[in-house]
Amino acid sequence: MTEPSSADLAEVKAAASAPAREVTRQGMWGHGSGDTSGYGGIVRSFERFPRADRPYGSYFDEIVDRLHGLLPGMDLEHVVVAHDELTIFVPKADLLDVLTACRDDALLRFEVCVSVSGVHFPDMVGEELHAVYHLLSITHNRRLRLQVTCADADSHIPSSVSVYPMTDWHERETYDMFGIIFDGHPALTRILMPDDWDGFPQRKDYPLGGIPVEYKGAVVPPPDQRRSYS
Amino acid sequence: MTDESVGTVYVAQGGDWDEIVRAQADRGDETIVINMGPQHPSTHGVLRLILEMDGETVTSLRPGIGFLHTGIEKNMEYRTFSQGSTFVTRMDYVAPIFNEVAYCLAVEKLLDMKVPERADVLRVLFMELNRIASHLVAVGTGGMEIGALTMMTIGFREREMILDFFEAVCGTRMNHAYVRPGGVSIDLPDDGLPRLKGVIDWLHKHLWEYGAFCNENPIFKGRMKGVATLDLTQCMVYGASGPVLRAAGFPWDLRKAQPYCGYETYDFDVITWDTNDAYGRFRIRLAEMSESLKIVEQCYDRLEETTGQPVMVEDPKYAWPAQLTVGADGQGNSNEHIKHIMGESMEALIHHFKTVTEGFRVPAGQAYAAIESPKGELGCHVVSDGGTRPYRVHMRDPGFNHLQAAPAMCEGAMISDVVVAVASLDPVLGGVDR
Repeated sequence: MTEPSSADLAEVKAAASAPAREVTRQGMWGHGSGDTSGYGGIVRSFERFPRADRPYGSYFDEIVDRLHGLLPGMDLEHVVVAHDELTIFVPKADLLDVLTACRDDALLRFEVCVSVSGVHFPDMVGEELHAVYHLLSITHNRRLRLQVTCADADSHIPSSVSVYPMTDWHERETYDMFGIIFDGHPALTRILMPDDWDGFPQRKDYPLGGIPVEYKGAVVPPPDQRRSYS
Repeated sequence: MTDESVGTVYVAQGGDWDEIVRAQADRGDETIVINMGPQHPSTHGVLRLILEMDGETVTSLRPGIGFLHTGIEKNMEYRTFSQGSTFVTRMDYVAPIFNEVAYCLAVEKLLDMKVPERADVLRVLFMELNRIASHLVAVGTGGMEIGALTMMTIGFREREMILDFFEAVCGTRMNHAYVRPGGVSIDLPDDGLPRLKGVIDWLHKHLWEYGAFCNENPIFKGRMKGVATLDLTQCMVYGASGPVLRAAGFPWDLRKAQPYCGYETYDFDVITWDTNDAYGRFRIRLAEMSESLKIVEQCYDRLEETTGQPVMVEDPKYAWPAQLTVGADGQGNSNEHIKHIMGESMEALIHHFKTVTEGFRVPAGQAYAAIESPKGELGCHVVSDGGTRPYRVHMRDPGFNHLQAAPAMCEGAMISDVVVAVASLDPVLGGVDR
C-alpha cells in the first residue's frame, strides 16, 4: 500500500471540513407521506445539491471564471449544473458583491433578477433556509441561479433591492412565507398574508391549513390531520 | 389625524363623513387619502390601491395585494406532480394554460423528459388561443373602464368562441388542467379540427373590429396616449417584460429568445411600439392577437399532419394510465380502459391505482422554466426531493412583478389615469396573490 500524497490528504481534509450536504429520506414517497404499504422503512441518502465538475459546459465555465476573476478569494466553489441550468452557491456576506458584479460587468451583464424564491430544508442543519435568485441577462440571453443559505436561528440575508430594485416585492414575499429577514430592505413587511399573521406559512414545520373549519355543525379537520390515502 | 412625532397623518380608514369633511376644512389643504379597492371593478380582482391625492393629482400610490392569496404553492406540496396542474391552473385564471405549461416544463426538465410532437403542437395551440382570450379580456375590460363598453361586449363574444373550443376538447372552460407533466390530458375530439377551423374563421372575421373601433378614436387616444408611461430604463429597473417592455420598443419575447415547445419552428413576429405608454401596450396586444392567430393556423396544419400520434409520453411510468374521452354526458371515462382494468388485467388495475394515487417520482433537484405569458415572463421554480410530490413550487407571476411599477406610472398623474395604468399592466390578482 502506498502512502497517500499530500494532495490527497488535503482533499480528504477539505471534504471533512465542508458542511455535510448529504441528507436522508425515509419511505418511498418523499416528505410526510401517509404511506401504509410497508415501504416506509426504506431509508435512502442522497445529496441535494451535488457539486459539478469542470468543465461545466455551455456558457457556464465562462460565467464562473469571470466571477472568480472579478472577485478573487471569494468562496464560489459550490457550483451545481443540472438540467442545463447553472447554480452558484454564494456565501451570504458576499451576496451584494456578487450581484453587483453580475449586473455591472459587461461580460456578465445580468440586467434583471426575475425572481427571488425561498426554500426550507429543515434537515440541512445550519443552512435550513435558502433564498434562490434567478438572474436573466437580456444582453447575452443567459440565465443564472444564485443560491444563498442561512440558518433558522440566524435568518438574515442582505437585501438585494439596492442592486436589483425589482426584487422589492419578491423579497417581501420570501420574508412573508419563510421568515428570511432581508437586511437593508426598504420596507420589509408582509405582502400576501395579513399584517398580524402568526408564523411563516411556507416553512415545512408550518402545517397545511392549520385550523379546523366548522360548517353547519360539523367540524372539518385541517388537511394535514385528515385521513390520508396516498 | 395628527401625530406629534410626524405631524399631520392622512389615513384611509374612512369613518363618519361629517367628521372627515370637518377635519378637511380645518386643515385647509387639498390632501386626501383614498382607498381604492379591494372591491373595485377596475382593479381586476381584489387589488387595493391607497392613493394620496392633492386635489385630483396622485401624489403617492401604494398597492396592497394578498387579498386573493389562496396558498396554492403550499397546497401543491401535499399533492402529486400530476395534481399540480390542477392547482397552478387556478393561479392566473385568465391565462390558465400558461401556468400549466410553465409548471409542466419545469417538471419535465427535472425528469429530462421529451414530450411527443403532437403534445407540443396542442400546447402551442392552446397557449396561443389562450393568449388571444387573455388579450381580449385585457383590452375588453381596459376599454370598458374608460367608457368603451363595446370593447368588452365584443371581447367576451370572441373569447366565448375560444372557451367553447377548450370546453369541447378538455371538458372545462376554465381551470383546465389540460397540460400535464408528459404531454396533454386528451387529444382533440373527432370534430376537433372542424371546430378549430370555425374558431379561426370567426376570429378572422372579427379581430380587426377592435382596431377599427379604437385605434383612431379621439377619446380613446386622449385617455391612453402619454398615460402610464414607463420607458426602457424604467422597464429595466422594474424588471418589466411582455407588452410593457415591448411598448418601450424592446423586442424581447421568450418565444423567440429562449424557445420552448417548438416555437422556433413557427412563423410569427414580435410586435413592438415606441410610445412607452398605455396606448402602445394596447396596440401591441391587438397586433399580438393577429400574430397568435397566425400561429394557430400553423398549428391547424400540423395537427392535421400528426393525426393519431400520441399526446402523452409512452413511458407507462409517467403517462396518465387512462385514455380519457369527453363523452356526450360531459364525463371523461373511457369504457375501453375501465373494461381492461376491471375485467381483464389485475396488473393494469394495480398500475392504474398506484399511478393515480401515489404518482410518479421525480429525481431530486431544482429547475426553473420561463415562458412568455400574455402578461410577460411567467416562471416556475420547482424543487423536488425525489418524492412523488413537489418539495416546493414557486410561480413568478408577471403581474406580481409589474404591480411594483404602478407608483412610478401613476404618481403625478390624475386619478383617472390610475385606472388606465393598472389596466395597461393587465395584472390578474389570482396570479399575483396565488
